Amino acid sequence: MELTLWTYEGPPHVGAMRIASSMKDIHYVLHAPQGDTYADLLFTMIERRGQRPPVTYTTFQARDLGGDTAELVKKNIKEAVERFKPKTLLVGESCTAELIQDQPGALAKGMGFDMPIVNLELPAYSKKENWGASETFYQLTRTLLKEKVSSSEKISPLRWKELGRRPKVNILGPSLLGFRCRDDVIEIQRILSEQGIDTNVVAPLGASPDDIERLIDAEVNICLYQEIAEASCEWLRRNFGMEYTNTIPIGIKNTIEFINEVHNKLDLPLTNKEELENKSKLPWYSKSVDSNYLTGKRVFIFGDGTHAIAAAKIAKEELGFEVVGLGTYSREMARQVRATAKDLNVEALITNNYLEVEDAMKKAAPELVLGTQMERHSAKRLGIPCSVISTPMHVQDVPARYSPQMGWEGANVIFDDWVHPLMMGLEEHLIDMFKHDFEFVDGHQSHLGHTATQTKDFLNSDEKKEKNSKEGIIWTESGRAELTKVPFFVRGKVKTNTEKYAILRGIPEISDETLYDAKAYFS
Amino acid sequence: MSKVEFNKETGPREVFCGLTSIVWLHRRMPDAFFLVVGSRTCAHLIQSAAGVMIFAEPRFGTAILEEKDLAGLADAHEELDRVVNDLIARRPEIKTLFLVGSCPSEVIKLDLATVAEKLNKRFFGQVRFVNYSGSGIETTFTQGEDGALKALIPLMESSNEEKLLLVGTLANNVEDRFKKIFTNLGISNIESFPPRQSTELPKIGKNTKVLLTQPYLSDTVRDLKHRGCEIISAPFPLGIEGSTKWFLAAAKAFKISELKVHEIISPLINRAKLALDSHKEILKGKRLFLLPESQLEISLARFLHNECEMDLIEVGTPYLNKDLMKEEINLLPENTKIVEGQHVEKQLDRVRETSPDLVVCGMGLANPLEAEGISTKWSIEMVFSPIHGIDQAADLAGLFSKPLKRNQILTSKSLVTH
Repeated sequence: MELTLWTYEGPPHVGAMRIASSMKDIHYVLHAPQGDTYADLLFTMIERRGQRPPVTYTTFQARDLGGDTAELVKKNIKEAVERFKPKTLLVGESCTAELIQDQPGALAKGMGFDMPIVNLELPAYSKKENWGASETFYQLTRTLLKEKVSSSEKISPLRWKELGRRPKVNILGPSLLGFRCRDDVIEIQRILSEQGIDTNVVAPLGASPDDIERLIDAEVNICLYQEIAEASCEWLRRNFGMEYTNTIPIGIKNTIEFINEVHNKLDLPLTNKEELENKSKLPWYSKSVDSNYLTGKRVFIFGDGTHAIAAAKIAKEELGFEVVGLGTYSREMARQVRATAKDLNVEALITNNYLEVEDAMKKAAPELVLGTQMERHSAKRLGIPCSVISTPMHVQDVPARYSPQMGWEGANVIFDDWVHPLMMGLEEHLIDMFKHDFEFVDGHQSHLGHTATQTKDFLNSDEKKEKNSKEGIIWTESGRAELTKVPFFVRGKVKTNTEKYAILRGIPEISDETLYDAKAYFS
Repeated sequence: MSKVEFNKETGPREVFCGLTSIVWLHRRMPDAFFLVVGSRTCAHLIQSAAGVMIFAEPRFGTAILEEKDLAGLADAHEELDRVVNDLIARRPEIKTLFLVGSCPSEVIKLDLATVAEKLNKRFFGQVRFVNYSGSGIETTFTQGEDGALKALIPLMESSNEEKLLLVGTLANNVEDRFKKIFTNLGISNIESFPPRQSTELPKIGKNTKVLLTQPYLSDTVRDLKHRGCEIISAPFPLGIEGSTKWFLAAAKAFKISELKVHEIISPLINRAKLALDSHKEILKGKRLFLLPESQLEISLARFLHNECEMDLIEVGTPYLNKDLMKEEINLLPENTKIVEGQHVEKQLDRVRETSPDLVVCGMGLANPLEAEGISTKWSIEMVFSPIHGIDQAADLAGLFSKPLKRNQILTSKSLVTH
């Protein structure tokens, strides 16, 4: 049993709903009790969808449990098929139905329908939403294409040359309730098209079962979100020989690497290499003199695997930040996140507990947080600016404007979204200059005006502890006065370091000089 | 009883389960914690229904069952013990801990009553443990509050003191207004259940006169009756009519004259009628379809027809306790079509056939109906807004007039909705 106050991911059947709702001509019969329909609002409210998710809930009740819940399942399947006439039927169960073992998938298969039926077994007590989405997309792909496995020759990435047409790729992974997927697809299709590459199928977002059957008309698969599409890409590689890409095109370097990877796989010459760096404004904006103040900004990153890893690379290599924390709630991607963290000399945080994330954030004393909506709240409490980079989805993450994360425009969006919450260079310079003026309010940040009091409270509570630190070290008047002159966002770190230094040297009282000694020692 | 048409329907439903009521119950009692024993679905449901992210560490959570808990029951009890210990160590200010059963805990027959009993012994004098079920296989949405209140009744001491007991969660400001009005009427001893602090439970007995503020408390009423309480039969205090009759019924139980009631509430009524007028102008003659969810549907239908002159197409309700709803049903117009239960697809077919001007429904259905050109109001808003009493009648009407008003402003019809 695990105590959970809030969860980054829903149960696996919500992942299955994401796939079903992303697609056309599919219906999902979910063996589930009353109440599980709450998941509909994720789509109709957060994504503002104008259609209900294509899901029928069997809605069994306590009184049904003594009787024949299997009959109830069959009745609902029959009604759903007659009413919605899907081309492919998904059948599965939510957590409670898993316990009563009616095996709805097997029941559906015995009902004599001629459409393909995908039996979804998603273990609700050990797996989560993204796993459920990945498994559903994989089972669906497998069901619709398995008959073509034996008859089909291995697909060469060079096939387009023999066929005398432009190369074709599939874009796999974008789904509803995925972070900015809607716009990422447009951006990536635009980039590929510019390079002379056509999109065969985008799936699951907007695809029908017919489109899934057409996947093998392409030469290469673009695995756009590993959380959702890697299992399917791997199956297509093993059974049809289709190669797939590993680079996630978020950030300039990754986008260029992605374009390179696609060209290499297709053996398509890359003729506009020099142009690529200037497709986005990010490189120049980052180089421009105003961005000097971004150098070494301490940034804490937490999100899904794909976005957290990409953010770390952009932060370090494209904006010149210092990554002081990196983590993910995607256990499936823990290995990759750990590897990235190791390269950055930080310890990866793999957890589904937002309070642990908040603690780590506090300890890292960052100047910017890149996280989920939950980290936005935690950061707000701590008075630290934050930009949202990952699911779980919030209505604010489905903006009306075009706002991708991937490709050239994605890099533009990222520059704005990450840099605006920080103070602009000149502004920071001025605040630094005037901070000893009596008019100056400590903790002042123009864009965070409403949280200034919270920031102060946080500091005050910290200052109370300063007199007597837990190791019994005393802060003298001069030490305390000097500490308040340190910019508030690194004050916690300076305090900890100074105390650490005092203990190391056996200094019982911290004066202003101790502060400078410690500073020199740790720099 | 007026000639009301009763129908029953079964099939797939689109309603919340009883766990959802934790969202308002935990705010009502700031010294209580609600620990759901369930699955990730339960945790996800509550956080999604609450609609927002959590701004501080919440006073509700889920002990999520894992595969190893399902293997053997003894394990599950020990595990729950561990979770509770951690929780109490983390939140020492908690005075009452509700162990809330869910669909999976009910199906595996996890005996939360025994767990609560053991924990009560161990934490005697520090934390009280109470258990009830908010599972979807047994409860609908607001029924969760019924379960929680019923579970508290055995903890309530007996007293023969005469008092008026308001039963059902109210917004604090509405509760204060009610208490002031009752005091003006001459009823001095007024208490509320649930109380604002879980440890300050009212004492009850044969001179306790219970006045319900919410229509979804069947089990609570039954147990209060068993404890000797007198249940005052009245419609519910929604709108001017319902609230007036509600005050009158209470006054009668305390032998206070009708004249006195009218004297006190007439100025309120006049003021409220004035405020209601502008909403009535919009609502008058508009056709209303209520889908089942909050259990407030019958009272809302009565208010929106009798006071706002809307026409009722269909009044859905998740379940119907005819005894408890008697006074309300009597006030409904002739031939009102009440449908108990739901087959969501068939019901939506009827919505489309009758093309109502306004549909009251859950959040899962609202935008899809808006996309079809049908104005909607979310039923969950009724349980989060202060809508009870004479002073709030215009605000209540406003919840329904606003979508129609908006529809008049925004005239584009064939919108693409993705």
